[in-house]
Amino acid sequence: MSEKIHIPTVAELNAKGVTPDVLFWVGCAGSFDERAQKITKAMAKILVHLDVNFAILGKEESCTGDPAKRAGNEFLFQMQAMNNIAIMNGYGITKILTTCPHCFNTLKNEYPDLGGNYEVLHHTKYIQELINDGKLTFGKGDYKGKKITYHDSCYIGRANGIYDAPRDILHKLDAELVELKRCRSNGLCCGAGGAQIFKEAEKGTKEVNVERAEEAINTNATVIAANCPFCMTMLSDGVKHFNKENEVEVLDLAELVANANDL
Amino acid sequence: MQIVQQIVFVISLAIAGYFFYKNVSKIRRNILLGRDLDRTDNPKERWMTMLKVAFGQTKMVARPIPAILHFFVYIGFILINIEVLEIIIDGIFGTHRVFSFLGPVYDVAIGFFEVLALLVLVGCVLFLTRRFINRIPRFHNPEMKGWPTKDATIILITEIVLMLAILLMNASDQALQVKGAAHYAVAGSFPISQFFVPLFENASVESLVILERVFWWFHILGILVFLNYLPYSKHFHIILAFPNTYYSKLKPKGQVENIGSITNEVKMMMGMPDADSNAPPPESFGAKDVTDLTWKNIMDSYTCTECGRCTSVCPANQTGKLLSPRKIMMDTRDRAEEIGKRIDAGVTEPDDKNLLSYITAEELWACNSCNACAEECPINIDPLDIIGQLRQYLVMEKAEAPAELNMMFTNIENNGAPWQFSASDRDKWASEIG
Repeated sequence: MSEKIHIPTVAELNAKGVTPDVLFWVGCAGSFDERAQKITKAMAKILVHLDVNFAILGKEESCTGDPAKRAGNEFLFQMQAMNNIAIMNGYGITKILTTCPHCFNTLKNEYPDLGGNYEVLHHTKYIQELINDGKLTFGKGDYKGKKITYHDSCYIGRANGIYDAPRDILHKLDAELVELKRCRSNGLCCGAGGAQIFKEAEKGTKEVNVERAEEAINTNATVIAANCPFCMTMLSDGVKHFNKENEVEVLDLAELVANANDL
Repeated sequence: MQIVQQIVFVISLAIAGYFFYKNVSKIRRNILLGRDLDRTDNPKERWMTMLKVAFGQTKMVARPIPAILHFFVYIGFILINIEVLEIIIDGIFGTHRVFSFLGPVYDVAIGFFEVLALLVLVGCVLFLTRRFINRIPRFHNPEMKGWPTKDATIILITEIVLMLAILLMNASDQALQVKGAAHYAVAGSFPISQFFVPLFENASVESLVILERVFWWFHILGILVFLNYLPYSKHFHIILAFPNTYYSKLKPKGQVENIGSITNEVKMMMGMPDADSNAPPPESFGAKDVTDLTWKNIMDSYTCTECGRCTSVCPANQTGKLLSPRKIMMDTRDRAEEIGKRIDAGVTEPDDKNLLSYITAEELWACNSCNACAEECPINIDPLDIIGQLRQYLVMEKAEAPAELNMMFTNIENNGAPWQFSASDRDKWASEIG
């Protein structure tokens, strides 16, 4: 793709009298974190590639409040939530897509009670649907037979019971999925959750992300597939801890899908 | 003589029943010290959850060896109670093996119970082996020192002794049946206890009757004493596992309830039309004591049997941090018991302790909120829910969040992101895509 891609904002569409079918909720990590921006871009390219009528909130988006809530600051969470809801309801948003499991969880499970009722999809589920509907195909087979291991994020896995969609995508990519010892509902956290990523860990014998990266490296997979920008940070750091960054890539499922389509 | 036995039996039964009722009532009262929470919706799904998780033990199978051993003990516990019913009827009415009129059905049942008794016995011996010889790590975390380990040992040894009593009772009964003693009609089949019969063959009928009575009494009094031990023990899970799974959280594990009183405060602050300006301001935020937790949190704590599966899968605990979800549950129960004892003693003024006298901030801040503990619990206990409420208290009442988290809060307030980035750069990535 050589031509410049334009990512519309909801406000922009609104001015034209258009409501997007899908709001792409980028999230703070996806907006600001350099590594996570690549996930955001990959997802946006998939949406553009498929000609989806989507938009982002742009500067009108603000933190969902999730990290505040997990850390115990319910006040801040609810203020963030109600502001976001006011904006989204104002635009008549009905469907939200996000690449962040933490945004996903709070938008889907904790916003309705505060007046925000939307169909909320995590991108793994969304991509699975696109594949199942025949809209997204993989001709090239970049990942055919490639050993890929998959890390279940806590907020997609245990918190919301999504285990099959991401595996289904890897299956469709023709990759050889090598499961981690602790996978699915037994998956080990990357160490970021519960607002841990914003602070130093308490005193212990090991960092959680090192423990998890070690497990992933031991599968001898060349790619660790993730679905969460925070897992991405933790696992990438963990891989670097073992100086394996040249042998093992940590990639989000959106990136795998975009790569497989040369996007 | 017979009537004396009957009277003593009825008195024992009444005393045991009275104390059990009294202690269970105290636990019920302690559970209800917690704040309200509605868990009466979807009764159908709740029954199904209870049938699957508690009755069907579906979450135990993840660890097959203890699952099989536990199944022996569990099924033995449930089915041998049928024989206990017979023992109670015999005890009250002075009959002997009152169900023996069932003939072959009775013979098969008694034989089956004997096999179960043996399986329970084997299960408990292997449980002791796993705990003290194989030293499975989760039984030896710091919170297991002292009483919790003693409690576990008492439970397992009592069950072994009770099962031996059944088998020896049957063996002496059998010896009497063979000798054609009066009152000991031929009934039952004894696939296991037959091997003990040689011990009794040379005894006279008189001494055998005494032995049979001793084992019979030992067994039933043992059961009554054990019943009354339950409310003091982690073994209370055999009762609470059922209601506790019935009242499980049915919503996705990731969902944390929004605090309603805060919703109204925020709405007032934002000048929203549906804010109720007459609502009383919230009294306090989060939980500093068990009385601030929900009754389900406290029920969870009384249901916990300290198996430590939660702690063994906790990422913080596995990497050497202080946090142990099992300890959170044990502390919650200990604190509820402490408050309960003060109520029993008629003390009305509050003490200078609370749940945070038991649980440190270091433990709470080590949690990843990953839900591994809640997922792993075979009877749907949710330690994370307690951790979250205690964090709320530390942050909103005490302003005692770790400095980095306070920074994160400030960033969200100022920039709408947990990091110090300018809100105007939020969509910068979109201009760099191509």
